[in-house]
Amino acid sequence: MSSAASTKKAVRKTSKKRAYETSEINAQLSKEEKIELYRTIVGIRRFEERSLQAYNQGKIGGFLHLYIGQEAVATGIVSLMEENDHIITAYRDHGHALAVGMNMNECMAELFGKYTGCSKGKGGSMHYFAPDKGFWGGHGIVAGQTPLGAGLAFALKYKGLKGCAVCFLGDGAVNQGSFMETLNLVSLWGIPVVFVIENNGYSMGTSLKRSSAEESLAKRGEAFGIKWDTCEGHDVFEVREKANEAMTYARDELKPFLLEIRTYRYRGHSVADANHEKYRTKEEIETYKKNKDPINVLRKKLIADKTLTEASAKEIDQEKKVEADASAKFAEESPYPPKSELTNDVYWTVDNDTDQQLKGTYFFND
Amino acid sequence: MPLITYREAIKQALAEEIERDENVCILGEEVAQYNGAYKVTEGLWDKYGDKRIIDTPISEAAFSGLAIGASMLGVRPVVEMMFMSFSYVAFDQLFNNASFCRYMSGGLMNVPIVVRGPANGGTNVGATHSHTPENLVANHPGLKVVCPSNAYDAKGLMKSAIRDNDPVFVMENTLLYGEKWEVPEEEYVVELGVANVLKEGSDISIITHGRCAMISLKAAEILAEKHSINAEVIDLRSIRPLDETTILNSVKKTHRAVLVEENKPFCGVDAQISHLIQYKAFDDLDAPVHRVSAIDAPQIYSKPLEDWQIPNEERIIESVLKCLA
Repeated sequence: MSSAASTKKAVRKTSKKRAYETSEINAQLSKEEKIELYRTIVGIRRFEERSLQAYNQGKIGGFLHLYIGQEAVATGIVSLMEENDHIITAYRDHGHALAVGMNMNECMAELFGKYTGCSKGKGGSMHYFAPDKGFWGGHGIVAGQTPLGAGLAFALKYKGLKGCAVCFLGDGAVNQGSFMETLNLVSLWGIPVVFVIENNGYSMGTSLKRSSAEESLAKRGEAFGIKWDTCEGHDVFEVREKANEAMTYARDELKPFLLEIRTYRYRGHSVADANHEKYRTKEEIETYKKNKDPINVLRKKLIADKTLTEASAKEIDQEKKVEADASAKFAEESPYPPKSELTNDVYWTVDNDTDQQLKGTYFFND
Repeated sequence: MPLITYREAIKQALAEEIERDENVCILGEEVAQYNGAYKVTEGLWDKYGDKRIIDTPISEAAFSGLAIGASMLGVRPVVEMMFMSFSYVAFDQLFNNASFCRYMSGGLMNVPIVVRGPANGGTNVGATHSHTPENLVANHPGLKVVCPSNAYDAKGLMKSAIRDNDPVFVMENTLLYGEKWEVPEEEYVVELGVANVLKEGSDISIITHGRCAMISLKAAEILAEKHSINAEVIDLRSIRPLDETTILNSVKKTHRAVLVEENKPFCGVDAQISHLIQYKAFDDLDAPVHRVSAIDAPQIYSKPLEDWQIPNEERIIESVLKCLA
């Protein structure tokens, strides 16, 4: 692809209405698989709404970066993961965690800082991990996860395994040096990583126009010889089709891909972001919700193709509400980690020093 | 026992570990085709090829982070920093990701990487290329750091570092690369967390690490010859983990301690050692603990002044005499 002309073409191409649900990768979905996509999207929404409630009740401290509005992105991409694929993301990570199959209990308990949390209460909202499910976090520093994502993919290539790593980042992360360094490296070395820019339009309170000199973020791939594309993130079928092309390319060609997915977050940057109706209009939020809410969009499509009925959709919704409530109860009733846990999980060698062979002092507490 | 250079000893360690474990690879600027900026990796690319010896662009954040990510899936990268000073460009990757990922995941992962390269002043290159960040690394629970002072330790500690399942920084020294020591031909490792008594003594303990251990040893010889002072010299070798027992046993024997390091004094490694001694051997002390560190200013370029800025025999002897006065 070359210069501005191709950018316009790419943008035009994606804005064209296409029936993504009938494209090959989506047409092959069974009824159960489609229902599962819906259950995941609804589950993320209900989990986060319940977590917001707990935050407002003072049960959750620190930051809470909600994914509400963006659910179809993680759901769609995770549904495409194959045996050797891995994913990694930044701090807005609840959706990715639930999509890979982490359960609400461990996720909610982590928010509460409880011992039963997925990281034993040591990581919090921004630091969920499930390596057994190919999910490598959950990282707190903007773009800090991007070289790590490249590393996961490097390891696949090094070990001769066919697969790819999908590294999610936000539209704010594209302006970090570590990301730009990484783009060069993965293209230079032929690393099978797909960078997915979840472009929700705002890096914290600063709009895309005010933070990026060139509004097409994926186009930056051209500077590094990286293939790129854009798509909309409210329709899980569109996400799946575009991401499938990107992931297949990475796996087959051993090359990186840069995919920009335009999405929207309904809530602030974090719950503590009191200004999120000041740097954007209420109307803008409401318009997106009305026309592009990923749950509504998917529900309508699944009712239209008779996968769901109004009643069965409602049933799923109810079931996820109950599950989210139960997770809050589980978290509430769970214990905090004992003080002895403070110095566990710092060093692998200390944690595994069962026969006391290690020499020297590792911790320096008087 | 053959006499080999510090540089050769490190290269042997790298080569042996590459042969031993297919997951060990080396990444860094100029490590492969150029044979290493300081020739530590000379010949390794010819022998082991592109897969194991990997030249990187000048992108410390990207290749450090990539190494960390790859290590999560079982690759064991040895990352060369051309100067340890350049690790600052990769600060977030090394000091957030390498150090804390295990903890933040509640122990679900580990990061078996080695970050190695020269961390020293005294080379007339000014402040940006003369950092000794072992104190900085040691201040990050989750990271380990060793400072070999001689070829034997450099090889043995490097092999331990590569086999370690946690991130380990190996602080080398350009002024030692060409120096020779006896190194056995048989395989050996030097465990982390074990200090080395370089010279036994009864009058005072000089506790030190890195190249300062060699300077301290020379100072101890002069002290014996000219002042009839029998100093014990303890080379820490490993900063974190730290061999507290050897330090305390020595101080309990000599009742006096001079701490010598190339770090700047404020929050240097020796600030911690000093605390340890006063806290755990207070009643054994006959004098306050003395310190010889780099003089507390950014590293100066001008050679005669830089030679004075970092610890030398003269400053060590002066400090020992003060401590014994």
